[in-house]
Amino acid sequence: MRDFDYARPASLADAAAAFAGGGEAAFIAGGHTLLPAIKSRLRMPDTLVDLAAIPGLAGVALEGDTLWIGAMTTHASVSTDATVTSAIPALARLAAGIGDQQVRNRGTLGGVIANNDPAADYPSAVLALDAVVETDRGTHSADDYFQGMFSTALEDGEIIRRVGFKVPLAAAYAKFRHPASRYAIVGVFVARYASGVRVAVTGAGPGVFRWAEAEAALTASFTAAAVAGLSLDPADLNTDIHAGAEYRAHIASVMLAKAISEA
Amino acid sequence: MQTRLTINGQEHALEVAPATLLVELLRDTLGLTGTHIGCDTSQCGACNVLIDGVAVKSCTLLAVQADGKAVTTIEGLAPTDAGVEELHPMQAAFREHHGLQCGFCTPGMVMAGLEIVRRRGHDLDAATIAHDLEGNLCRCTGYVNIIKAIEAGAKAMGSKAGATTNA
Repeated sequence: MRDFDYARPASLADAAAAFAGGGEAAFIAGGHTLLPAIKSRLRMPDTLVDLAAIPGLAGVALEGDTLWIGAMTTHASVSTDATVTSAIPALARLAAGIGDQQVRNRGTLGGVIANNDPAADYPSAVLALDAVVETDRGTHSADDYFQGMFSTALEDGEIIRRVGFKVPLAAAYAKFRHPASRYAIVGVFVARYASGVRVAVTGAGPGVFRWAEAEAALTASFTAAAVAGLSLDPADLNTDIHAGAEYRAHIASVMLAKAISEA
Repeated sequence: MQTRLTINGQEHALEVAPATLLVELLRDTLGLTGTHIGCDTSQCGACNVLIDGVAVKSCTLLAVQADGKAVTTIEGLAPTDAGVEELHPMQAAFREHHGLQCGFCTPGMVMAGLEIVRRRGHDLDAATIAHDLEGNLCRCTGYVNIIKAIEAGAKAMGSKAGATTNA
């Protein structure tokens, strides 16, 4: 790899300063997206600012009807955490299905959503669970946070502290995964609240998005029958060597039904 | 950058370029070539090592990220007492059950086996092992005996731990 400077600050303020003074700088959390991107020269940072030594960025806390998960919490921790498993079991199961065990031991929630890969799993949970993304500069609601492929509301140098997921009455995530990369070819997260149902789709389009027609139908009746025949418009979906847009549209309907049956 | 690591129980203070991957430090600087580079894209698991007892893919970790931590590689598993030629129970199980063909993936498979034991204990079934090996590839496709080896290695580690406790 092309060499870069490396800083491991012990506070958010020092991290922000290291980033600001680091030329083309990047934050590194678990590094399981960033390091492959650097290897393939998709990213060529001058400075990596490692967030691992900053206290308070990892951990889980249930406060009222919000489940807070620290940005540096690994997928392995989320998948086995007793508080997550009891408050939002679908979230623990989602984390258990990311990559493989060795990847889950390093990869973090904050790293995933800062990167916002259009085929990542977590963005669907953040969006469907009406989460708030808390940073060193303020908060972003999930509906404003995701802005298309690899794009978010984060400003340059803004650091995610934690994510607050609104605890649902019921939820499930159904994923049709790529067998080698284990990213979602299509993933559908369904969350039912007293106020209505939220449905988020990842992998299918250029970025995670809410499926408004499915939400309306499920809010009226939370059954697979209520969404039978409902389909996404392939014109809005991705085509690549793994799956065409029409196939993704079909799989999205299948994953929606599966998620409803498991919620 | 000055980096302090404990590798297989031995402390090292090393000057490391930040872009050095942990696997590169192990193989190229320290000559610990038991850790293999298969895919270099965090998919195959041949580079698995333990960091503070937890399995990670050393091709997707900077050496400087392991600063202050304890790294265990395949070379560090067996007892190193002078004159003793004894394998770690998981290694011995791979030999006993012929859990390798060409051997390239084996160090990573052994480390993955240890990770499964760490998370799930000593009484494992084949389906669980097969699922938990999803991050390790064997190009010889010799998975059947690898799974048998991990099942037996886990049991052997349990009885050895029990024997030590009872002694």
